[in-house]
Amino acid sequence: MTAADIHRTILAVWRNEQPRLVTSLSRMLRDVPLAEDLTQEALVAALEHWPAAGVPEKPGAWLMATAKRRAIDHLRRTRMLAHKHDMVARDMEREQQAMPDFDALDDDIGDELLRLVFTACHPLLSQEARVALALRMICGLTTEEIARAFLVPDTTIAQRIVRAKRTLSESGLAYETPRREELSERLASVLEVVYLIFNEGYTAARGEHWLRPQLCNEALRMGRVLVSIAPHEPEAFGLLALMELSASRTAARTDAAGEPVLLMDQNRARWDRLQIRRGMQALRRARELASVDGFYVLQAAIIACHAEAASVADTDWRHISGLYAELAKRAPSPVIELNRAVAVGMAEGPAAGLAIADRLTAEPALKSYHLLGSVRGDLLQKLGRFEEARLALEAASRLAENDRERELLKRRAAEVTAAVHGQTDRH
Amino acid sequence: MRFMYIVTSPQPNRYPTPALMEAIHKLADREIKAGRMIDSGGLMPVAMGAQVKVSHGKLSVVDGPFVEAKELIGGYAIFELRDKEEAVAAAVEFMQLHKEHMPDWEGVCEVRSFAPSEAEMPCQVEARVAS
Repeated sequence: MTAADIHRTILAVWRNEQPRLVTSLSRMLRDVPLAEDLTQEALVAALEHWPAAGVPEKPGAWLMATAKRRAIDHLRRTRMLAHKHDMVARDMEREQQAMPDFDALDDDIGDELLRLVFTACHPLLSQEARVALALRMICGLTTEEIARAFLVPDTTIAQRIVRAKRTLSESGLAYETPRREELSERLASVLEVVYLIFNEGYTAARGEHWLRPQLCNEALRMGRVLVSIAPHEPEAFGLLALMELSASRTAARTDAAGEPVLLMDQNRARWDRLQIRRGMQALRRARELASVDGFYVLQAAIIACHAEAASVADTDWRHISGLYAELAKRAPSPVIELNRAVAVGMAEGPAAGLAIADRLTAEPALKSYHLLGSVRGDLLQKLGRFEEARLALEAASRLAENDRERELLKRRAAEVTAAVHGQTDRH
Repeated sequence: MRFMYIVTSPQPNRYPTPALMEAIHKLADREIKAGRMIDSGGLMPVAMGAQVKVSHGKLSVVDGPFVEAKELIGGYAIFELRDKEEAVAAAVEFMQLHKEHMPDWEGVCEVRSFAPSEAEMPCQVEARVAS
């Protein structure tokens, strides 16, 4: 094994153990950010010792013992000599003598993990800070990995994490769990973070960097963790369903050359059946838990319609446009309205869709949004209004920020131009 | 990356002890809650199955039990993991349980990555327990 192999093996083992380490340490120290720091120190210790000594037979026990030792040292060092801390230190020392009791730890990891997730995603923190903390504390990514995933310098993420932890400590939020009645409200902040991470990976899935699509997987993993620790929250299941169903299309979303393939043109045989099954299961569970569909459940239901359809023609577009109308009522947004335009265009014909899309051209929020032009171009093309379609697609291509999307829009504009000429030739 | 774990053993009549079963259930529960294990299934004994073969241009259907069946495959699990290292670490932990609870058992946990859809590299490793 090369040094790099050993390094990767250690990181893999560590990520596997990290949730248990950080949750049990935070319970002992009553401080989530501190617990996270100390588990990182255990990782550093493993990276120092294991390359020479080899990975121990029970790496989890080794890491736990090391992390606990750091915790005891910390309590001594900081001399928080309140009686309570003495007792904690003594208890821990006694525990230290014996092997860590993993069974006892596993039994209530759920509550502790819930606390961890809610702390990392505290609404007091900026969205960026919540994302970084969640990836670090819940997924066990290193600062460098997070930085690479978001294409920013390591120091930016490191600072973000340090500042966020300080904010938590200074606000007295280092160890708290929202009460029952707060849970749903606070959960919204958690779901938002997970959704953001997923979208960051999903919309970037164009092969610039392997870690960006990897963000989808991290978000999925967090989504699965959330439904296991908050099993009565319909929106947690809704978000999981939305992510599983969206991710089921990953293989079909790009062609062999890495070019994006639009939903209408995707080879549905390449959709991931296992993931669809899991998504449908989560969606069913969400709907058992609540009689009214929430924000994520509605979006998942829309994708579920596609997932269940064998082809574009078999799709229940009327149902989808109804779901979009519902979604637009729940969370009014021009982007959702644009999606509704597409669905209505399929259900009732391009003229009906275009009527909705045209209303959106006055929308300031969509002034520089390339997909509006893309949708209008498509609908205009279907109506045979090629010249207007070409103008819309060309304008859209100038707005696209992503190279691949820009190329796709230019290609479509060129196709429409060819159609215009075809038309003129016939005249 | 998605991985399939298949456990085989040359000792077809050895069943896991209750202690091992409990340890495995506990590990599985943890892995499901951690969002890593996404599917699993057990297989009925090979004696209850059938084999459809093509050999020398001839097709034949043979019902179980099979005299030549030497290796027992009891089931599979599918994991969604970051890389091969993580997959191996998980297999090692799983086989460690066997070693602890059934010291004289022998078997192999095969770790197979699903064929990549993008630029991921395939891999194949085995974690072996031998007494």
